[in-house]
Amino acid sequence: MTRRQIHLAAHFPGVNNTTVWTDPSAGSQIDFSSFEYFARTAERGFFDYLFLAEGLRLREHRGQLHDLDVAGRPNTLSILSALAAVTEHIGLVGTLNTTFNEPYELARQLGTLDLLSNGRAGWNAVTSSDAFHGANFRRGGYLDHADRYVRASEFAALSKALWSSWRDDAIVADAETGAFLRDDAIARVRHESRLFDVDAVFDVPRSPQGRPVIVQAGDSPDGRDFATDHADVIFSLHTEFSDAQQFYRDVKGRLAARGRDEDSLKILPAATFVLGDTAEDARERSREIALQQVRPQTAITYLEQIWNRDLSGYDPEGPLPDVEPDTGVETAQGFAGRHAAIRDRVGQLREQAAAENLTIRELVIRLTAKHTFVGTPEHVASEIDRYVQERATDGFTVVGHVTPHGLDEFTDRVVPLLQERGSYRRSYDEGATLHDLLGLPPVDASAAGAASAPVPAATR
Amino acid sequence: MPDRIHLAVALDGAGWHPAAWRETTARPTELTSPAYWRALARTADGAGLLLATIEDALSLGGRSFEPDAETRRDRARGRLDAVLLASFLAPVTRRLGLVPTATTAHPEPFHLATGLQTLDHASRGRAGVRLVAGSTPQERANFGRRADGPTGLPASGRVEDDPALLSAFREAGEVAEVIRRLADSWEDDAIVRDLESGKFLDRERVHNVDFEGEFFSVTGASIVPRSPQGRPLVTALAHQSVPYRFAAEHADLVFVTPADAGAVGGILDELASGEREEPLRVFADLLVLVEETRTEAAAVWNRLQDRAPLTTDARVVVGTADDVVEEIRALTAQGIDGVRLRPARLPADLEAIADRVVPRAAAAGILLPDDGAPTLRERVGLPRLASRYARQEVGA
Ligand SMILES: Cc1cc2nc3c(=O)[nH]c(=O)nc-3n(C[C@H](O)[C@H](O)[C@H](O)COP(=O)(O)O)c2cc1C
Repeated sequence: MTRRQIHLAAHFPGVNNTTVWTDPSAGSQIDFSSFEYFARTAERGFFDYLFLAEGLRLREHRGQLHDLDVAGRPNTLSILSALAAVTEHIGLVGTLNTTFNEPYELARQLGTLDLLSNGRAGWNAVTSSDAFHGANFRRGGYLDHADRYVRASEFAALSKALWSSWRDDAIVADAETGAFLRDDAIARVRHESRLFDVDAVFDVPRSPQGRPVIVQAGDSPDGRDFATDHADVIFSLHTEFSDAQQFYRDVKGRLAARGRDEDSLKILPAATFVLGDTAEDARERSREIALQQVRPQTAITYLEQIWNRDLSGYDPEGPLPDVEPDTGVETAQGFAGRHAAIRDRVGQLREQAAAENLTIRELVIRLTAKHTFVGTPEHVASEIDRYVQERATDGFTVVGHVTPHGLDEFTDRVVPLLQERGSYRRSYDEGATLHDLLGLPPVDASAAGAASAPVPAATR
Repeated sequence: MPDRIHLAVALDGAGWHPAAWRETTARPTELTSPAYWRALARTADGAGLLLATIEDALSLGGRSFEPDAETRRDRARGRLDAVLLASFLAPVTRRLGLVPTATTAHPEPFHLATGLQTLDHASRGRAGVRLVAGSTPQERANFGRRADGPTGLPASGRVEDDPALLSAFREAGEVAEVIRRLADSWEDDAIVRDLESGKFLDRERVHNVDFEGEFFSVTGASIVPRSPQGRPLVTALAHQSVPYRFAAEHADLVFVTPADAGAVGGILDELASGEREEPLRVFADLLVLVEETRTEAAAVWNRLQDRAPLTTDARVVVGTADDVVEEIRALTAQGIDGVRLRPARLPADLEAIADRVVPRAAAAGILLPDDGAPTLRERVGLPRLASRYARQEVGA
């Protein structure tokens, strides 16, 4: 049987209006018990990895902290390290910025996580940098937009060189002769460019999977190039079937020129879901959840980000504002930069609202609370399988809407159906690394270290 | 009734002796494995020790200024990031304080602060940090961000005679200050989850830290809500005046290295300068090698010293558990709050500490029993402080 195997990632609910904190079952987004529960559920559902997003500053709206959504989250690397201690099989993938970190330090931290988890670490390398986030860091908002992916790409290359700078058999620990390391155990890594001047000897041994898995999230041509150069997984937003197929073909088509085959890069778009016992049930629940996700104040706030002005006088259940947007300084900060693109869409939005006769709140629901899969568990399972078999994706990054129980229903009701179809694992292989779980080719140890020279051993 | 103190342990690789990895009790191929560290932490936790520090450095040769530190092949090499290692150990320990080492010259203070707050959440109030000022040339080459910095101790041996070292301590002070401010940036009850108003957060109770220093600035509030201790415990190791002053100004707890019990008084006097909200806790360091008999201990020690002589800042005790307890007793009478034991060999000397030193010290009545206080801060007798921003408002 040659069914393509489905890969699933479990996204811990984040700090946006997908997460319904008003749900009676919603728990803490910060207590370790929430993360432990979520990780155990994901492991029960045989997910490939647990995934965390990152935000390095609390979001602001019109100069004040945004107070309607969940705010506050743990430091990504610290929480994943703690989770490594209470899980056995599942991958642990964190989003970590390439602008406000240094390669030696981040490679060392990810190398640590990879060793602590016996080869289950992953890194979603994001580039977002702006002065708002930069104000929390030594270097400030120092990087031009044009240089983001330059730095990201060099950062990834340098990290890979560091991870492969130790031979697998570097440590001999010969008590008799007193040789702890082999003479040519470690290669020195040099990287000199406009952005970096690093001359490094790495201090973390090589992990069982060679290096952490690299994930990419970002849609521009530069982002896609970064993915095809460096990433093992793309976390995309392309979930509509034909659009997803087109993205899949585009990205996978770029791989051959880089000497990579189709299976060496997995595409796992974000997907939300709502289940019901009947299709009608599911639609009703989807509607209820959307209303919780977009409460009246959320709808107004959302439009204020686009209009860039005070709209508190408008009725969320009424028509769109008739005032024009303020194209001056952007006031919403930390919302992943979608506003500039959306601002000039005011005209389009008005058209859409008029054509479908939508209120403000209904329009915002259309835009933000559209659930990817809605239906019975059978329907959702067959849709997921169809996407994978027909090469629209390699699987999904599943985003639940409640912390920390958002994965329970999916694990209990959808996963068994995927297994029945023969498209999804029924157990983890003992000692599998995250590379193994994702079906990625093994890491070539010789590739990255080739440019660097072994550190000469002093004779003692 | 005799004075009573806490016992802590300092964990590092195969132990503090550079030849320790060659002993038959050592596990030299496992020094960066999760199983090794899980076992060490559980031993320390099970022994009832107050806290464990975890050493760290940002280069292969550690924090050594020796030029060949990165090229010699006879020393145990390879490390894990200490803050992440401590986070890993949080769920597998119950009472042990977890105090990783962090250097202040390189990491982003914001990342360090949120990492420690997260360690505090994951350990339910047992997080600390040992801050180390300055950097070595090797670390700077690894990072490639700054060319300037200390190149070693000046000829006088005094920090105040080297402008680069002095500057490093000022920078460390800023890092400590930012850690505290970020820890305070969310008041305890900032998350309101108010269904009525639809507000998750009371934004009046979350504060931007707006820190502007000589070395860096940090503007916003932490991304991590306030943790169980409020402020993770800040600690430092100090041997001389500038570090003593740094500790007195910025630390909750300081590790010192008296040559003998008689030297404690002078150190306490030096530390007493400056005004503080709460007392500074003082722990004396002892490097220990423990065997059943003094003869055995001496034999092991000689073997180790033949292979690689140890140079150390701390007093060394080679002997039986009773010998170690005697040293602790002598220090206890001098008015310190605790003793941090540095095992010469891991896991051997940690096991000896757990199995023999702790029970005998307890029997001798010099150990503070676990009083059940919920957090590390409270266990060392420091109050849980309210957010500084909350107090400002009450005063206004
Ligand atoms: C699905 C997706 C998820 C993302 N998640 C994060 C995140 O958690 N944190 C972050 O700082 N940026 C995140 N980003 C932002 C990207 O890293 C990138 O900076 C942004 O998309 C701009 O790059 P582009 O022009 O290539 O799209 C995400 C982007 C996408 C498409």
